[in-house]
Amino acid sequence: MTKLITQLQFVDPDAAYVTLVEARRGLSVEAAAELDTKLVLLLANHIGDIDVLREAIALAKGG
Amino acid sequence: MATSAQDGTQDAVNVRKAVHQFGYRRSADQDARNIVRRPVVVVGAGPVGLAAAIDLGQRGVAVVLIDDADRIGEGSRGICWSKRTLEICDRLGVGEKLVAQGVTWKLGKVFSGDDLVFAFDLLPEEGHKMPAFINLQQYYLEKALCDRVAEIDAIDLRWKNKLSGIEPHNDHVRLTIDTPDGPYALEASWLIAADGARSTARDLLGLTFSGVTFEDKFLIADIKMAADFPTERRFWFDPSFHAGQSALMHRQPDNVWRIDLQLGPEADVVEEQKPERVTARLKRMLGDLAFTIEWISIYRFNCRRLDRFVHGRVVFVGDAAHQVSPFGARGANSGIQDAENLAWKLAAVIKGEAGASLIDTYERERIQAADENIAHSTRSTDFIAPHSPAERALRNAVLALAPKVDFARRMINSGRLSVATVYDTPLSTPDESAFGGGAKLGAPLPDAPVRKRDGDDSHLLQEIAGEFTLLYVKNGALPELPDGIRTACIGEDVIDTTGALAQRLDATPGAAYLLRPDQHLAARWRHVDAAKVAAARNRAMGRAG
Repeated sequence: MTKLITQLQFVDPDAAYVTLVEARRGLSVEAAAELDTKLVLLLANHIGDIDVLREAIALAKGG
Repeated sequence: MATSAQDGTQDAVNVRKAVHQFGYRRSADQDARNIVRRPVVVVGAGPVGLAAAIDLGQRGVAVVLIDDADRIGEGSRGICWSKRTLEICDRLGVGEKLVAQGVTWKLGKVFSGDDLVFAFDLLPEEGHKMPAFINLQQYYLEKALCDRVAEIDAIDLRWKNKLSGIEPHNDHVRLTIDTPDGPYALEASWLIAADGARSTARDLLGLTFSGVTFEDKFLIADIKMAADFPTERRFWFDPSFHAGQSALMHRQPDNVWRIDLQLGPEADVVEEQKPERVTARLKRMLGDLAFTIEWISIYRFNCRRLDRFVHGRVVFVGDAAHQVSPFGARGANSGIQDAENLAWKLAAVIKGEAGASLIDTYERERIQAADENIAHSTRSTDFIAPHSPAERALRNAVLALAPKVDFARRMINSGRLSVATVYDTPLSTPDESAFGGGAKLGAPLPDAPVRKRDGDDSHLLQEIAGEFTLLYVKNGALPELPDGIRTACIGEDVIDTTGALAQRLDATPGAAYLLRPDQHLAARWRHVDAAKVAAARNRAMGRAG
């Protein structure tokens, strides 16, 4: 049974995207990758559900 | 033509052939012993200046409209005209003509690589007179508006009249206008500057026009070909025919197609405009289809606006006041909406029905719209042309996830298309009761099919155009209303044939809706009362009350 929500949850998806873009504005690819890794850890802990985490990993890895 | 939807920072000079040629005619004002004072001079006979002049002229205000050219040039430039623009044009007398001439569309498709990842329908709802969009070459729209100008005695259109000086005074401006016969002076109680992205009026007043210039260059080409692609907006991210860049395709009338190809920041402007180079790019896209190039241009775009749109007796509209990227069709469409917002207010001020402070609400409402357009346009541009490899990586991750998950599809931004602004404005009377349905305070009323008293079918917006109107559902006798408010009774004057009107307005017995002359909803009540209507109308005219 899937638990990962893939339907849009943001009221304004453009605002969410631009927030993520602005966070990496001016960063090198390496610095942005480091930022992303920290974000993954923060958000994974916030979700706090190992099944959701595993599903998200599988989806992200699957091509 | 001074105003242009696609007119970013053009890196190339297009020598435009004339599509329609008009003549310079000497005006009596040039031979007057004393300098003539006109109530309104509009500078720039592009879509925005023409719309402003027609709207004022229809309201009985005498307008002098000047333009430095004497022709409508070729080149499609602005091509996408939004539903709200068409509703305005309908009130100006050319809406049906434009729709008949244009290509109607409402579907958009977005491809990543060569695969369809997202499709949208801009008008999923029935019962609106005007479609979500039409595509029509800007020169056809300008021709239709010029023909309409010729029918209105109040408008004096002067070609080859070039603004060269503005001297501001408290209650007027003194203009210097150059003509083939030499310069002449003219005074205007109000000057509407609709003279486009490179506004002379703006330069003459020394106003700064600041914002963001995007580095990416884009090739726009209008080509003629017999093709049976569907009538929809098609946008590609990284297609195999144009790797690493975006592409956009739109259908226009006369078998003309707009192709827009991203070239990146490093593109060589001179090289990229060589016909063999353009042809090679297009052949990669179109394969064996035969085509001829009608018009090409290379541009970078800007997102910027003036700090203030009203400078004493000079009011800026359209590209002269604000500029956006073309993704979203927010340039000329917002300019025509500027014109409509200003026209009824300026007419009321000139007739002494409202104080000059009403013009300040033009600035407030249209700066809100400009900021909305700039924000959308900037976000679209951030998505289409990422600023760095790190930003590109995020964008590409959204595109890679899009086939699999809904939220990523919804983040794909190939341009959010122009819709009318919902004004957050002191002219609106706050709702005292809750209303459902699609109608919003401060927004244009949603359209709906209606039948008139005489049995003819019509549409709601057509029946409430041009002046303050109280639309109400009968529930006993209507109280005595103040002068200058037209009434329309739902069920008698406008019969709700499909139920859409009642649903969209949440119209219950006794409910009443006060519409501004620009069809925006100013106030609504569950039960009407003459004092409340009078107060709301005063408020919408910028009068304390």
